[in-house]
Amino acid sequence: MHEPVIFEHSRPGRRASSHAGHEVARVDDLPADQLRVTPPALPEISELQAVRHFTRLSQLNFSIDTHFYPLGSCTMKYNPRAANRLAMLPGFLGRHPLGPVEHGQGVLACLWELQEMLKAATGMCAVSLTPMAGAQGEFAGVAMIRAYHRSRGDEARRVIIVPDAAHGTNPATATMCGYDVREIPTDSHGDVDLDALRAAVGPDTAGIMLTNPSTLGVFERRIEELAGIVHAAGGLLYYDGANMNAILGRVLPAAMGFDVVHINLHKTFSTPHGGGGPGSGIVAVNERLAPFLPVPVVGRDADGYRWLTERELPLSIGRLSAFMGNAGILLRAYVYMRMLGAEGMRRVSGYATLNANYLMTKLQAAGFEAAYPDRRASHEFIVSLRKVAKETGVTAMDFAKALLDRGYHAPTTYFPLLVPECLLIEPTETESLEELDGFAAALAGIRELAYRDAGELKAAPRRMPVRRLDDVRAARDLDVNWHGRRATPDTHA
Amino acid sequence: MSDVQAGLRYTRDHEWVRTEADGTVVVGITDHAQHQLGELVFVELPDSGRTLTAGEACAVVESVKAASDVYAPVAGTVVATNAALDGQPNLVNASPFGDGWLFRLKPDASDASRLLDAAAYTDFIAAEG
Repeated sequence: MHEPVIFEHSRPGRRASSHAGHEVARVDDLPADQLRVTPPALPEISELQAVRHFTRLSQLNFSIDTHFYPLGSCTMKYNPRAANRLAMLPGFLGRHPLGPVEHGQGVLACLWELQEMLKAATGMCAVSLTPMAGAQGEFAGVAMIRAYHRSRGDEARRVIIVPDAAHGTNPATATMCGYDVREIPTDSHGDVDLDALRAAVGPDTAGIMLTNPSTLGVFERRIEELAGIVHAAGGLLYYDGANMNAILGRVLPAAMGFDVVHINLHKTFSTPHGGGGPGSGIVAVNERLAPFLPVPVVGRDADGYRWLTERELPLSIGRLSAFMGNAGILLRAYVYMRMLGAEGMRRVSGYATLNANYLMTKLQAAGFEAAYPDRRASHEFIVSLRKVAKETGVTAMDFAKALLDRGYHAPTTYFPLLVPECLLIEPTETESLEELDGFAAALAGIRELAYRDAGELKAAPRRMPVRRLDDVRAARDLDVNWHGRRATPDTHA
Repeated sequence: MSDVQAGLRYTRDHEWVRTEADGTVVVGITDHAQHQLGELVFVELPDSGRTLTAGEACAVVESVKAASDVYAPVAGTVVATNAALDGQPNLVNASPFGDGWLFRLKPDASDASRLLDAAAYTDFIAAEG
């Protein structure tokens, strides 16, 4: 299928409102030498064409509103309409961040309460809502660890330890913060190798970055011992909250020994997710790191709510965003948390893990190989297609493409890297039993087809707007510009 | 089945090492490794003149599936790198033991003999599944 870009619909002289008047506003109050001579290369199309074009594009998408989306590690749960609606109340939308705080006590009260709820959900003592994405939350967390060591004159701590099962962003974050990364292995049951950790820590240890449950879809069982090893060496523990959905209301990161946590509100707390944002990667810290929180933070005193800035937090790592992060996203998370309450949060993690374990058991019964069959799944689990790939040549990527034809967004493929030919499957708590059964049946059908007609699966997807893409060429020669109408000759071959 | 060439030495991280007549060693990744990674889209090589300790991460091979570190199989100084990989990273896929070599080291001591031989490496990848 060829879906034209909007420029291809363009015809010279066509206007948005063809049947309304054609009077063109004249610009006569700007100096002539400041006016452009050549018109900008904008598409000339009717309003109806624009509406159809973008509506059609939106219909080509997979989204949580249209399809089951079991993308492991991403927590693609339903985003309740109520959260959207309440966060878009005119009082919120019309609030200017530079307006006087007396005029914005309502929104500040919501943000303050959100901080308090996140403290309760993590067991930490202070929260900053400013990071605008998970990666920025990670950056804030490790920057605070660095500021902490520096404030004590402890400049020798140069190394952040990262288990090999970590999200790829963890070593990237440590590097961005100026640290060297030391990787430690995972044992055959999916736990961090504590002997390797003992050998890796020392006077150069700044901290460790850990996700629990890990990206392998299992809970790190010896987390307290692990925390003891790192703390005894003088390092701090960073909790990557990507997998918080599994433990919400069950165990507190603070109780596991962590010093700093980031949480993706766009995962666990159900704000819209995807398309590059807007996201929110709030950070929560214990007493040690509280002085270093990014600002502003919302404070409360006898006069009401107000911003706390560098004046109140002089050791702050600084500002990560204009004003208060993605305030509209924070409000959506606030509404979601208020709707759930503490009991609802426990139900979220309960059903998230129940759904994952149900699906894993169902797939095992259909002949699929779980990567860690002796372990209970967290909110997600890994299926390895190594055996099928060896016997039929049909790979995890072929399964992923075939799922698209069957109306399911593919799970995460080839991550974590530790498990060959893997699918990382996260159903979330918002899917029905029927949806889970349908997905399991689709995967079982693909597996059966692999042994009967592998070629058919190599040709998948057949029913999507685009067929199999050349991902190698996309990586090598990525070019997302439209070159159809350039004023200067196109030098790009 | 992956190709394992006799006469080379191998690591458990899937690098191969070939000792040349002049005492330098050529390093690449194995046929098994390139199969696992899939078609490469990018290769990052160490600068010439860099000194490496054995086991040090010194190069990166990136495919559409994954980016993996390549480790120095032996300690030494980088004396040459395969410039052709800059434009054609898939040479590693086409010819992992030939045109797809990564870099050449002047080793500190000839300790390549403690690495796996072809038979031991064949057993290793078979056990890995």
